[in-house]
Amino acid sequence: MAILQVTDVNKNFGGLRALHEVNLDVEEGAVHAIIGPNGAGKSTLLNCFVGLLTPDTGSVMFNNTSLLGIKPHEINQAGVVRVFQTPQIFEDLTLLENVMIPAFAKSDGAFRINAWQRMRQRTEIRDEAEHILEDVGLIDQRDVICSSLSRGDKRRLELGMCLIQHPKLLLLDEPTAGMSRADTNSTIDLLKKIGERGITKIVIEHDMHVVFSLATRISVLAQGTIIAEGKPDDIKGNPKVQEAYLGGAEI
Amino acid sequence: MSKKDLSVEYSTILIFALAILTMPIWLSPIGAGYPDLLQKFVIYGIFAVGFNILFGLTGYLSFGHAAFLGIGSYATVWSFKLLGMNVIPAVIFSIILAGSFAALIGYITLRRSGIYFSILTLAFAQMCYNLAYSVLTPITNGETGLRVLKTDPRIFDHLFGRGQVDGPLLTDLFGIHMTGYPGFYFCAILLIITYYIAMRIKRSPFGMMLKAIKSNQTRMNYTGFNTRPYLQTAFIISGMYAGLAGSLLAITDPLAGAERMQWTASGEVVLMTILGGVGTSLGPVLGAGLIKYFENIFSSYNDNTLHAALSFMPDWLNDVLTIIISPFVGSGWHLTLGALFMIIIIFLPGGIMEGMGRIIQIFKPNKPGGSTKTASQG
Repeated sequence: MAILQVTDVNKNFGGLRALHEVNLDVEEGAVHAIIGPNGAGKSTLLNCFVGLLTPDTGSVMFNNTSLLGIKPHEINQAGVVRVFQTPQIFEDLTLLENVMIPAFAKSDGAFRINAWQRMRQRTEIRDEAEHILEDVGLIDQRDVICSSLSRGDKRRLELGMCLIQHPKLLLLDEPTAGMSRADTNSTIDLLKKIGERGITKIVIEHDMHVVFSLATRISVLAQGTIIAEGKPDDIKGNPKVQEAYLGGAEI
Repeated sequence: MSKKDLSVEYSTILIFALAILTMPIWLSPIGAGYPDLLQKFVIYGIFAVGFNILFGLTGYLSFGHAAFLGIGSYATVWSFKLLGMNVIPAVIFSIILAGSFAALIGYITLRRSGIYFSILTLAFAQMCYNLAYSVLTPITNGETGLRVLKTDPRIFDHLFGRGQVDGPLLTDLFGIHMTGYPGFYFCAILLIITYYIAMRIKRSPFGMMLKAIKSNQTRMNYTGFNTRPYLQTAFIISGMYAGLAGSLLAITDPLAGAERMQWTASGEVVLMTILGGVGTSLGPVLGAGLIKYFENIFSSYNDNTLHAALSFMPDWLNDVLTIIISPFVGSGWHLTLGALFMIIIIFLPGGIMEGMGRIIQIFKPNKPGGSTKTASQG
């Protein structure tokens, strides 16, 4: 069963056709990669899933409810969680706090006045947060203020912040952009590890090494339309894809 | 959070309470040990602590909090006029009314953030000021200011046979007059209670969310939080603090004037908070005390007192120094305040609290790895 159904989505920015008749079905438990050249509309498509943009026409259904026209926090509470291209974390807070905050969103909902509650009454949140920090390998820096983290660590932290919410659908926008090879590989390992938890993922990625080591299904986007979709092996051999994106190079 | 943190919390509030209650003793050597000024210290302390809940935690800089101060004062005087001189109904009425106004103003202004929010709150406060000054004269008594008259109904006073008073009308708490030291202790106890509440809010999950909004509101939305009600709640709480402070101003001196709502009064609480240290618990109280102290001490100097104070110097030097310093005292004390403010902002952006932190660092033996940036508990 498709957990996310995108039907006939169109989006224009002025005269620019960003998305044209995009159809996409993401199966539950899949790692669905969306690849394509710069400006193909990958991020625009992702923005349509989280309420950052509203398509001109078409529908985006998540578990048979529409994601269009509702607020970002409602989309998150429904179980769609996004990792941003540039890490969006709470720079002035500690790592532990950064991970505890999403856990509170999960357990207490979008708004609750828990102004008289002591933190020590919520040890379960703290334990969970420490556990997640261990998973992403940042437990040693739990009391460090985040602004001093390296870019790679910030990305791992953001991933941890998203994972603690046990999302049903995780959107990853270029999770390894700007990372060294070693960092990229450790991120791949991390994503593979969390893949075992059965979280459905949509990955936008330029690095073919990452795409082919993670994806169970790939859609290729070029100039706002999906030109190919299939299993990684099919995509590798598809001449249309080779021409539009991979530049004919051997991979 | 362990048992240890709990005992830290209790000892913090205990030390704070002791320091506030003994103020008449340890402030008299610097000439501030008299009730009128002490009352001002603690009342503006409450105002600044409440302001810090909004500005310090969420980063939303309101330039209109004096409006709630004024509303609190008017509500209190009206409570005296209608219900009687007891302060309890006056305080409750003021907090509720200021909170309601904060709910309304917050609902409109919190649609914007950053500079636009500041401008909107400023506009609202100036509207309140003009309403109080001229339009709503029947309620506020315009520029003369609202005061309690012997002919006012004061229902409960008459009910309990205290309707006829020979001397001036004094506010009271079950028979204790709220002037002088009793008035100070009443305000001081309220400051201790409200300080404790603010500390609890800051350390609660709710406070953590407010700090997260300050840090990255976009992330908060994509993390599943509806940030508007959080901001709205913080705005209402800080409005209620301001209402309480305004109420206490009217209790210690039963007169409410429109100038209390002027934008300069709103700016003053911003200065207090920044001077003391934005986002710290104790900073705003220190900032409030410092500004009120300077206002009182420096504004009381004139050329003659200055000349007398410098009389130990040779005459020619005395004259020169008097000429140099005199613009900075008396009615020009704002120049001193401005200079002090600039020095603090440039050299200590974290205010007095940062300065104290640095001093403590100097005397602390250097621990290995002590240079890593870690979270401060405060």
